[in-house]
Amino acid sequence: MASLAFSSTSASPVALRGRPNKLAIGVSQSGACHVSARGSDRKARIFITRAVAVEKKVSRFEDVAMAPPDPILGVSEAFRACTNESKLNLGVGAYRTEDLQPYVLKVVKKAETLMLEKGENKEYLPIEGLVAFNKATAELLLGADNHAIQSQRVATVQGLSGTGSLRLAAAFINRYCPSAKVLISSPTWGNHKNIFNDAGVPWSEYRYYDPKTVGLDFEGMIADIKAAPSGSFILLHGCAHNPTGIDPTPEQWTKIADVLEEKGHTPFFDVAYQGFASGSLDEDAFSVRLFVERGFEVFVAQSYSKNLGLYSERIGAINVVCSSSDVANRVKSQLKRLARPMYSNPPVHGARIVANVVGDPNLFSEWKTEMEEMAGRIKNVRKRLYDNLSQKDKSGKDWSFILRQIGMFSYTGLNTSQSENMTNKWHVYMTKDGRISLAGLSLAKCDYLADAIIDSYHNVN
Amino acid sequence: MAFRAMISSRAIQQSNWVPSVGVARQMSSWFGHVEPAAKDPILGVTEAFLADPSPDKVNVGVGAYRDDNGKPVVLECVREAERRIAGNLNMEYLPMGGSSHMIEESLKLAYGEDSDFIKDKRIAAVQALSGTGACRLFADFQKRFLPDSQIYIPVPTWANHHNIWRDARVPQNTFRYYHAETKGLDFSSLMEDIKNAPNGSFFLLHACAHNPTGVDPSEEQWREISHVFKSKNHFPFFDMAYQGFASGDPERDAKAIRIFLDDGHLIGCAQSFAKNMGLYGQRAGCLSILCDNEMEAVAVKSQLQQIGRPMYSNPPVHGALIVSTILGDPELKKLWLQEVKGMADRIIGMRTALRDNIEKLGSPLSWEHITNQIGMFCYSGMTPEQVNRLTNEYHIYMTRNGRISMAGVTTGNVGYLASAIHEVTK
Repeated sequence: MASLAFSSTSASPVALRGRPNKLAIGVSQSGACHVSARGSDRKARIFITRAVAVEKKVSRFEDVAMAPPDPILGVSEAFRACTNESKLNLGVGAYRTEDLQPYVLKVVKKAETLMLEKGENKEYLPIEGLVAFNKATAELLLGADNHAIQSQRVATVQGLSGTGSLRLAAAFINRYCPSAKVLISSPTWGNHKNIFNDAGVPWSEYRYYDPKTVGLDFEGMIADIKAAPSGSFILLHGCAHNPTGIDPTPEQWTKIADVLEEKGHTPFFDVAYQGFASGSLDEDAFSVRLFVERGFEVFVAQSYSKNLGLYSERIGAINVVCSSSDVANRVKSQLKRLARPMYSNPPVHGARIVANVVGDPNLFSEWKTEMEEMAGRIKNVRKRLYDNLSQKDKSGKDWSFILRQIGMFSYTGLNTSQSENMTNKWHVYMTKDGRISLAGLSLAKCDYLADAIIDSYHNVN
Repeated sequence: MAFRAMISSRAIQQSNWVPSVGVARQMSSWFGHVEPAAKDPILGVTEAFLADPSPDKVNVGVGAYRDDNGKPVVLECVREAERRIAGNLNMEYLPMGGSSHMIEESLKLAYGEDSDFIKDKRIAAVQALSGTGACRLFADFQKRFLPDSQIYIPVPTWANHHNIWRDARVPQNTFRYYHAETKGLDFSSLMEDIKNAPNGSFFLLHACAHNPTGVDPSEEQWREISHVFKSKNHFPFFDMAYQGFASGDPERDAKAIRIFLDDGHLIGCAQSFAKNMGLYGQRAGCLSILCDNEMEAVAVKSQLQQIGRPMYSNPPVHGALIVSTILGDPELKKLWLQEVKGMADRIIGMRTALRDNIEKLGSPLSWEHITNQIGMFCYSGMTPEQVNRLTNEYHIYMTRNGRISMAGVTTGNVGYLASAIHEVTK
């Protein structure tokens, strides 16, 4: 097992002082190294022996291969490395102002100032997180007067944003519903698959995106959900589907609920954009509230990365709406047991920001306004892009799907080569599935982007 | 019971709510078979303490530092760092591996300011969710890349270590550590277990201020351990949650790690800033693995990121910013070093006071282990029954293994604590 590594980077200076070209080095069967030095003094021999003993220690992880760059987060890295002036980052879904700058919401700054003044301590949160945050987040999602909340049937645990909350739920499913499968939309956010893989939960896909219409393949979706074994978990995007931006209509949501009920499936919502899609918190919660109203037990993962701009604070929650408060208590206790060996207890800062914003009527109202502005900017950008494309593209292609899609992302319908052309020729950075983040687009750049899209769509196969 | 009645009467009042379509879904649950989880042995103590109305109550349970008034402390250097960063920076996602500035500073603390390993870029390091997160990342990494390996864990250890490696599905063994009779280190058994383990085993070592015993090997003992590790080709994984907090000097507290590095071991290390910077709830920590060369370090780091991505995508920024602001500024770092020494000194003072007080009461037992042990915890040697009595009769809260968090001892309560301990042990 032990091998002798005298590569130039790992050799210590000591070995070089020992003038290795005068040494004979042998490796015995047991892996021990012998060094015989011809005509060199004893001191050098000792140095060499020690150096050899150091070198003998080969890493246990030598065979570890380089992981591929993350398809989404890797885009931003590539963008940063690009030196072209026209470059545009339409990769990761982080909101930008019209000047393409990151945006810290005013209410967040106010909340942080309040927190500095209060000078609260930094003690560990309980495993389930900040109590005030958990209350606020469940009420935001379901409505404070929701029956499930009133009857204490909702188990809420603060999680590490959307990802962490999804992971807790996945780990719970793995442990308590070990034979169950999760169905995820095709396509879906790339990290969903990683989460279920690492949690050991089997998954399969249901049809969702129809490239012919650049819209929802509703029949395919229903058929695949019907075909899944009873008691499957169906992963649904609460609003502003990522990556397509295509959401079911209210009527379609009702039909989806019918099928889940028929098959005894459990709905599992990923709500990463509440408030960000339409601009209204309540409107964006329609789908989740429908299922809860219908009496389902529901998993809901929430994130405040986008709607409060708290990306790097990692603040979110996993909610499990159960059939009784007793079940909810037990479920919550087991979620805690999964969190403890992952990170012990969640980070406090983001939770306090959310609790302060939601807990203060003025700040809450201000937040809703800011959220409308952010969602409004995106709608304006969609309109401008659509107008540019319609004017410039003489082929008669219908680009109106851009107006129908909702939220931060648009699925352009560009394929891999076309997406690569966007990057290589036009320095537009996006994911290879044709997804662009409109949050990273300004009105001023719509013209340029339209040119890039038309070129890529028509001239590249 | 009254609570339940209240709920069901409310349900009757709202009984006009029925699910909109057919199925009486609220009658049965998919999760009816889910058992209630047992309370966490450590964090459950604080819950019980908070619920106790007695004015005499003392919390020597969880390992969070308290000042001499029993109050949580936010360090001055932390407050200043927060003032500097508040509202100034955006909250964009950190890179998957976390804040590079924070990682850099963390490595300097653990490996040495002028470490060649840092210069040669041989350390694969990522920001982690405090010590827990760092251990969990390593456990998952170990499972993925060395699926046949196991972990040797000292007896006793922090309870969550077992949970971490278990949830990572890495099989566990134990090695002897604590000597109940002397309330010190069982060095000969420790060495025996290290020698008997199959070559190339993975060992979890507490770098300083062993939790829960407070019993650390001496420098000489660490050298001997390192020597045997070499001959057995074992992998040393250090959990360093108390650097600076044990002796008051971070360099001194890193001695064990430095000994192993000098001996040529390729180590793994979990660092936490929860205690030494008082950043408990911020979850600031770092996982590092020393590799053969830069290329390997890059590959290993990329794989650590792959494990973090489906757990939380990228780590929280706030605590990392505080750490890098403090350690990156000479003035703030100097202040931090003073404050850390202050905390360690107060604890050392309380150890002396507690021991003196018990001895003055005429206890026939030996209490020198209180001052021999180091760091936040004292393994008192009390039995679970004695601990129960302390809680039930004296409202003193600690974990059932007899571990006293010295950080919860103050000049105000040390006398009371001493008499109570004397009463239940005499």
